[in-house]
Amino acid sequence: MTDIQEILEKVTSKYGKQRSALMPALQAIVKEKNYLSDEDIVAVAKTFDLSTAEVYGTATFYTFLDTVPRGKYVIRVCKTISCHMAGKDEIIEALQKTLKIKVGETTVDKKFSLLTANCMGWCHKGPVMLINDEVYPELTPQKAIEIIQSYQQK
Amino acid sequence: MENKLKKVDLIFCKTCQDDIEVVKKALKRNPDDIINEIIDSGLKGRGGAGFPTGLKWKFAKAQPSDIKYVVCNADEGEPGTFKDREILDQVPTKVLAGMAICAYCIGAKEGFIYLRAEYNFMLNKLNQIVEEFNSKMKEVGLNFEIQIRSGAGAYVCGEESALFESIEGKRGEPRNKPPFPTVVGLFGKPTVINNVETFVYTAMINHLGAQRFKELGTQDSRGSKVFSVSGDTPKAGIYELELGMTVEDFVKEFGDGDTKAVQVGGASGHCVPRKKFENTIIGFEGIPTGGSMMLFNSSRSMYNVLKDYLEFFTEESCGQCTPCRVGCQQLLKGIEAVKRGERPASYLEELKKLAQTMRIAAKCGLGQSVANPFISIVDNFKEEIIY
Ligand SMILES: Cc1cc2nc3c(=O)[nH]c(=O)nc-3n(C[C@H](O)[C@H](O)[C@H](O)COP(=O)(O)O)c2cc1C
Ligand code: SF4
Ligand code: FES
Repeated sequence: MTDIQEILEKVTSKYGKQRSALMPALQAIVKEKNYLSDEDIVAVAKTFDLSTAEVYGTATFYTFLDTVPRGKYVIRVCKTISCHMAGKDEIIEALQKTLKIKVGETTVDKKFSLLTANCMGWCHKGPVMLINDEVYPELTPQKAIEIIQSYQQK
Repeated sequence: MENKLKKVDLIFCKTCQDDIEVVKKALKRNPDDIINEIIDSGLKGRGGAGFPTGLKWKFAKAQPSDIKYVVCNADEGEPGTFKDREILDQVPTKVLAGMAICAYCIGAKEGFIYLRAEYNFMLNKLNQIVEEFNSKMKEVGLNFEIQIRSGAGAYVCGEESALFESIEGKRGEPRNKPPFPTVVGLFGKPTVINNVETFVYTAMINHLGAQRFKELGTQDSRGSKVFSVSGDTPKAGIYELELGMTVEDFVKEFGDGDTKAVQVGGASGHCVPRKKFENTIIGFEGIPTGGSMMLFNSSRSMYNVLKDYLEFFTEESCGQCTPCRVGCQQLLKGIEAVKRGERPASYLEELKKLAQTMRIAAKCGLGQSVANPFISIVDNFKEEIIY
C-alpha cells in the first residue's frame, strides 16, 4: 500500500498546495486506500494547512469520499427510477447472496463493499453497477454474479 | 398520420467539422461578431435552465478582469440523463473547441471540465485528448489550457455555484445568487459555465453559421437537442431531435403502445399524463428539458415513481437551507402517510402548498424544482397516490 505522504506529494506537485488541490488529494487517497482514515485526514489537513474539521467536513459531503473502511472493490448498484424499473432489486439480492453481505457492508476478507447509489447515467441500459471506476450495464442477476466471480479470482 | 418528429445528425457527426480548423476560423473573427452570431442563433443552454448562451458570453466578456474562466459542466446527474457522457465519449474535441472559442471571446486563459465521478472510466482517455488539444491551442496561438476535475458523487454539484465550490476544494453547497457566475464565478472571477452539449452547438454555429441552426426548431426553441430516452420504451437510447415536437409526437415514436405518462426533464422535471400529450410541447415554450425523457406504461405505479424521486431529492439535498432539507423529508413522509391511510387525502393539498413554498424559499434549483414532479404527479395521478 502506498504511503500517505507519497500520495500527497504526487498530488501537490501537480496541483499545488492551495485549497483547490484538496479534492484531487482526497480522491487520490480513496483510489489507493479505498477510504479516508482519521490519520489520513490529519495528514491532509497538515499538508494543506487546514483544520482537520474542515477537511473532514469537505470529505463527508461527497458520497464517493468514504470515511469508513471499504473493501478493495466498491460495488455501487444504481437504485434510481429507470434501473428500479429495470430490476435493480433482483441484482442487489443476487449480490447480497453471492457476497453474503447486506447493502452497506464489507466482506470479511475486505475485498468487496456493496453499496447503492443514485443515477449513474446509463438509464437506457439498466440495471447498472459500478465496481470502482468500471461500469457494468445491462445486468441480469446471473451476469452480476459472474462479474463478481471474476473479481473474486483477481 | 404523419409523424412530426425530426431526427437530426449534427452533434455526433464525426466528419462534419475539423475541430481545430473551427477554432482557427474563430480566431480570425472579432469576438463580438462571434457572440452576436450565437445570440442571433437563439441558442439556449442545454443543461436544463435554458439561459441564452450568447448573452452569457457577452456578460462575461463585459467584465473587466484579467482572470476569467470557462467551465464545462459535465456533472450530468439528473436521473434519466446520459447524453453528455455519450458526447464526451464520441465527439470530445467538439466540446473542447466550443470551450476554446468561448475563452477567446471572453478573454479566459484557463478552462475546467467538471466530470462526474461516475464517468471516471473515461478519465484517462479524456485527459489525453485534452492534453493534445491544449498543445494544439498553443500551436494555433490561443493562450488557453483546459484541465479536468472529477466530482465525487453529489448531484447538487451540477448546480453551477456548487460546482465552483467543489473545484475550489469545499463542500458543494450552492451560493446565493446574485452575483451570477459571469460576474463572480470560479475563484471569485467572471466565469462562463455551460453544459457539454451547449459548447458543441457553439462550435457548430461558428462553423455552419447561425442560419443552419435557426432553420431547426421553433421561435422559442431554436435548433436540435440531444435526448436521453429511458423507461418503458423499446427504443431506449440517445437521439438528436429537432425541438418543438409535442409529447404525442414523441410517444408515437418511442412509446411501447401503452404509455400512460412521460416525465420530461428528469426527476426535477414535469410529469405529463396521457390526456395532455397532444397539447404539450417539448421545448422552452412548453416543458423545457435537459434531455431526460422517461416513459411509464400502465403497469407502473406513479406513487412509486414519485416516492423514488422524493427519496432521490432527500438524499441529494445539500441540507444547507431549511425549506429544502426539511421540505423534501416531509413531502416523502407525507405521501407515505397518505398511502398508509394515516392522513386523509386532503393532506395532499397541504403537501402541495409545502412544495410551492419550497419553489419560492429554497436557495437553489434543487429545492426549487421539487415542486415540478410533486405537483404534476399528485395532480394527475391522485388516485394512485391515495389508494
Ligand atoms: C441541482 C442542480 C443540478 C444541476 N445539474 C446540472 C448538470 O448536471 N449539468 C448541467 O449542465 N447543468 C446542471 N444544472 C444547471 C447548471 O446550474 C447551469 O445552469 C448550467 O450548467 C448552465 O449551462 P447551460 O446554460 O449551457 O445549460 C444543475 C442545476 C441544479 C439546480
Ligand atoms: S435548495 Fe436544497 S440543495 Fe439547494 S441549497 Fe438549499 S438545501 Fe442545498
Ligand atoms: S437510473 Fe440507473 S443509471 Fe440512471
